[in-house]
Amino acid sequence: MNSFNQKTLFSIFLNQLIKRKLALICISILFIIYFIGIFAPILSTHDYAETNLAKTQNGPNMENWLGTDRLGRDIYTRVIWGIQNTIIITLITIITGSFILGISLGLAAGYFRGKIDIFIMRLGEVISAFPDILLIILLAATLRPSIISFGHYIEDTFGFRGILSSGIVDYLVIGIALLPLSWFGLMRLVRGQVLSIRNAEYVQAAKAMGTSNFVILFRHIFPNILSPIIVSISFSIGAIALSEVMLSFFGLGVQPPRPSLGVMIGDVTARGGASISVLRNHPEQLLAPIIVVWLMIFCWNIIGDALNEIFNPKNQY
Amino acid sequence: MLEYILKRLIWTPILLLIASFFVFFMGNIAPGDPAELILKNRATPEKINALREEMGLNKPLVIRYFSYIKKAVKGDLGDSYIFQGKKVTELLIPKLLVSIKLNIAVTIISVLIGLPLGFYAAKRRGSWVDPTIVLSMLFLFAMPVFFTAPLLITIFAVKLGWIQASGWNGFFDKQIILPALTIGIPGAAIYVRYMRASTLDVIDQDYIRTAFSKGLNNYTINYKHIIRNSILPILTLLGFTIAGIFGGSLIVEIIYGIPGVSRLALDAIYQRDFPVLTALVLIGSTMLVLANLIIDIAYTIVDPRID
Repeated sequence: MNSFNQKTLFSIFLNQLIKRKLALICISILFIIYFIGIFAPILSTHDYAETNLAKTQNGPNMENWLGTDRLGRDIYTRVIWGIQNTIIITLITIITGSFILGISLGLAAGYFRGKIDIFIMRLGEVISAFPDILLIILLAATLRPSIISFGHYIEDTFGFRGILSSGIVDYLVIGIALLPLSWFGLMRLVRGQVLSIRNAEYVQAAKAMGTSNFVILFRHIFPNILSPIIVSISFSIGAIALSEVMLSFFGLGVQPPRPSLGVMIGDVTARGGASISVLRNHPEQLLAPIIVVWLMIFCWNIIGDALNEIFNPKNQY
Repeated sequence: MLEYILKRLIWTPILLLIASFFVFFMGNIAPGDPAELILKNRATPEKINALREEMGLNKPLVIRYFSYIKKAVKGDLGDSYIFQGKKVTELLIPKLLVSIKLNIAVTIISVLIGLPLGFYAAKRRGSWVDPTIVLSMLFLFAMPVFFTAPLLITIFAVKLGWIQASGWNGFFDKQIILPALTIGIPGAAIYVRYMRASTLDVIDQDYIRTAFSKGLNNYTINYKHIIRNSILPILTLLGFTIAGIFGGSLIVEIIYGIPGVSRLALDAIYQRDFPVLTALVLIGSTMLVLANLIIDIAYTIVDPRID
């Protein structure tokens, strides 16, 4: 009994995790992918936009580790920069959509109930009324010009340069387009969890002692509902990455010359356009970006499953 | 229960009004002056102004929205900016039918693969079969359609020449097989997951143990007791089919050259034909909301415990 008490929750969690070998493999794979992406500026061997028409469509060789595309750009360099873009956009969406909107609105709705709850739930229902992919596309297409002109305005007024060329516009457009979809599911989950413990004795005790709502929410309620939140977020990361890839594939996300996994896939398949000649002759150019996307989605799902088993042993979904 | 259904029935039109206003608003802040788009190179400032006046574009947004909704209820969703003189509905309906057919095929494949596999995995819980099924379906689920679609085209159209690389000849044609499989097989993963979970829920119930101890045969227990109860929660998944029509088959429609809703939506975006896009999102959300409403109500009737 004593030895059990000495174990922290984290060490129990680690023990459980080590038993799940597949999840560990997936964590290692993701660690490698994200490491490469984060350190893309150091690890890249070429400039991602540098074209070289003398050596287009080459296979892998010593100079271009994964070969070159139809404009002679280095595929390895473009893939790792693409990973970096995906990481940045995933982070933006998780922070804004999941943390800021999803969790705080869910806490507010579940804890305060009443009008706030009704308003937040209704808002969520309106947003989930749209077919999600159409909504993402609609937002990405209509917002870009407004955001670009806003960027111009900032540059002109404050005399900055480089806002538009730094790619921030792309991140903003994709981040905002993915926002409506990233918060509602998590919000509903958090709300439900809060509802189930808001009348627990320790919450009542804290209230009776005159603890402020803010402290009750973040010190007493939030830590107790953390595990389903972690599971839900780990499932959503793969989906967010895929959405970014899809938007860029259609030319609505990351704009050339900046590389993105979606842009690369779109280049080879010509977005289903008139010519699929690159696809016919060099389908192997799809491999690198596709495998990265595939691994990201697969691994996040496996990790989500493993976390779900560890945290909620009863819930089989 | 009646109160719940009534509440839902009253809320639905309000929900649709808010959603449609949002879409209408987004269509309005979108780039490009409609009058300019319609006039193309014949545009002069005077002509643009006259046309704007004629189209009522100089009126406030809210007034334009209500006249749009008034017409929309009667089935008139405005004119396309790009295809001159064409009603949006004329453009939309044939494409919609194509996407619906494709997604029916997809749903059939997903259900036929997903439900038996999910059920079987649950029955074999604890053996190697269960995790193998779950894992391999997850593996297929994670496979991006960007990959499977070009791969299948390369194998079956380019190398083997069994079908054309792109095109559409209706529901009963071999051209539908590849696109339907491309979405249907990964889609089956979701059905496996849910069917497995809901079967596991049922298997552990007392009445199943009773059925076994009564000495009923396996067939009766499986079909009369387990599947009938476990298939109920799957109903809610059919809402996915509707979502699939409006965007779920996007990439596949593009890569296989299927003239469905998604192609139309993308062209509308690239050419700034916003009435088409607005109408599409509007129809999509209406169908989605109504489908969810029907599923919810059907659910409350079948299972009165829900409220």
